[in-house]
Amino acid sequence: MNQQTGTDRVKRGMAEMQKGGVIMDVINAEQAKIAEEAGAVAVMALERVPSDIRAAGGVARMADPTIVEEVVNAVSIPVMAKCRIGHIVEARVLESMGVDYIDESEVLTPVDEEYHLDKRKYTVPFVCGARNLGEALRRVGEGAAMLRTKGEPGTGNVVEAVRHQRLIQSQIRKISSMSEDELMTEAKNLQAPFELLLQIKELGRLPVVNFAAGGIATPADAALMMELGSDGVFVGSGIFKSDNPEKFAKAIVEATTHYQDYELIAKISKNLGIAMPGIEISSLKPTERMQERGW
Amino acid sequence: MVKVGVLGLQGAIREHVKALETKEAEIVVVKRIEQLEDLDGLVLPGGESTTMRRLIDQYGFLEPLKAFAAEKPIFGTCAGLILLSERIEGLEGSHIGVMDVTAKRNAFGRQRESFEAPLPVKGLDEDFIGVFIRAPYIEEVGENVEVLATFNDKIVAARDGRFLACAFHPELTDDDRMHQLFIDMVLEFKKEGLATK
Repeated sequence: MNQQTGTDRVKRGMAEMQKGGVIMDVINAEQAKIAEEAGAVAVMALERVPSDIRAAGGVARMADPTIVEEVVNAVSIPVMAKCRIGHIVEARVLESMGVDYIDESEVLTPVDEEYHLDKRKYTVPFVCGARNLGEALRRVGEGAAMLRTKGEPGTGNVVEAVRHQRLIQSQIRKISSMSEDELMTEAKNLQAPFELLLQIKELGRLPVVNFAAGGIATPADAALMMELGSDGVFVGSGIFKSDNPEKFAKAIVEATTHYQDYELIAKISKNLGIAMPGIEISSLKPTERMQERGW
Repeated sequence: MVKVGVLGLQGAIREHVKALETKEAEIVVVKRIEQLEDLDGLVLPGGESTTMRRLIDQYGFLEPLKAFAAEKPIFGTCAGLILLSERIEGLEGSHIGVMDVTAKRNAFGRQRESFEAPLPVKGLDEDFIGVFIRAPYIEEVGENVEVLATFNDKIVAARDGRFLACAFHPELTDDDRMHQLFIDMVLEFKKEGLATK
C-alpha cells in the first residue's frame, strides 16, 4: 500500500492532537507517571528541569538516553525530548530512540550559533521556540511542525512568555488585515518566508499549533496564556519545583481546559502550597537570558 | 437541521467543527455536561485518550456520556474510537464502552511510524486519505458490527448501529465525506429513533 510517513500533515497533526493540553517536564519515570495521571497530553524527558539547568550553569546537553528510555517505557502518552540548537546528531539519536517530538531548545546550550536544524529532513516532528512572528516563521520554514513561545525558562516568571505571545498574536492580526501586495515588504521586515505570510493571511492564524512556554508557574499563569491565544501550555520547572507536584499538575491541567471559568480557577488554586520561587527578569545578566539563544 | 456537539475537553476540536460547519447542522463545542441535553449527535475528537479520560472523570462526564450513547449517535476518531470501544487491549474495563469492538492503542507504533495512506471506505466512491497518528486499530468486531475500512488487514473504520468510529483523522483533511456519513446517520436516526439499526 501507498503509505507515507513523516509528511507535514502527519507531523503537524500530531501537535493538533495536543491542543488544549499541558506538556510537562519530567526527569524520571516516577514524575512521568504523576504527569500522566494528572492529565498531561505529553511529557518532556529531561536530565534536569530548566531552573536546575540555570542554577548549575555550564554547558547543558541532550539528556542521558537512559532517562529518555525510562520515561518512554513508563507512560502511554507521547514523549518529547530536547536537543541543542543545531545539533544534528543529538536530534538523530533521539529520533532513533522513538521519541515522539523533539524540542530544538534554547534551554540547552546551542551547538551552532548560525544554523538551526533542517527539520524537514527528519521523520520525527520538531517544536521550536520563538519570541516574535519572524522567528516563528523561520522555524516553520525549516520544518518545525509546532511552535512555542520562548519565554524565559526556569524563572517561574511568565512575563516574557506574555510578551512573546502578545507580540506574535498582534503580528498575525496585522498580516490578516494587510493587502496581499503589502506582504512581500512585510516578509522582508520580519525576515520570514513570503509563502507563510500568504498562508497566515488566508487562515487568520499560524499554519501550525502554537503553545506557551517559559516561566509558567501557577494555574492562573496557564489560564492567562490560553486567554492570550495559546493552543496549550508547556510547564517546565513549575510543577516539580512546587510544594505539591500532584496537586499542582492537576490544577494546571484543569485551569488550561477551563481557562475562562474563574470560579473554578479560584477553587483549584486554594491551598496549593508554595509555587516555585520566581526570578525577576531584570536581575538576570544578558548572558543568562536563554531566550537570546537562536535567532 | 440537526444539532451536533463536539466534545471540547482536549484535542482537534476546531478541525471537527470546521468539517461539520459545511453541513446542515448546528454545532456546539461541549465543555459542560448540561450542553449534551438537546443534541442529536456527538463527535469525540482525536486527542490523547488517556488525557481525555482523566478530564472526563474529573468533570463527571462519564455517566452523562453513557446515558447519551444509550439514546443518540456518536462518531469517534482515533482517541474517540478508544473511548467508544467495549474492550481495549491491555486495559481493564472500558470508557464509554458502547461499540462491540476490541481496540488496540498506539497499534501502528510511535509518532515516527505515523503515516497517511489512501483507503477504500465502504459507502464512499473514491479513496479517503487516512491520516494515522499514533493510531489505534480494531482487533476484533462483534457480529453486528460493519467493517468500513481496513489497512494492511487491520480494521480502521467501523459502524455499530448508531456508532461510527475510525482510527484515522478525517478532521485533518479537507475531505468531509466521513463527517457527511455521520450527519446522514444522525438525520436517519432522528427520523427513525431507536428502532434504527
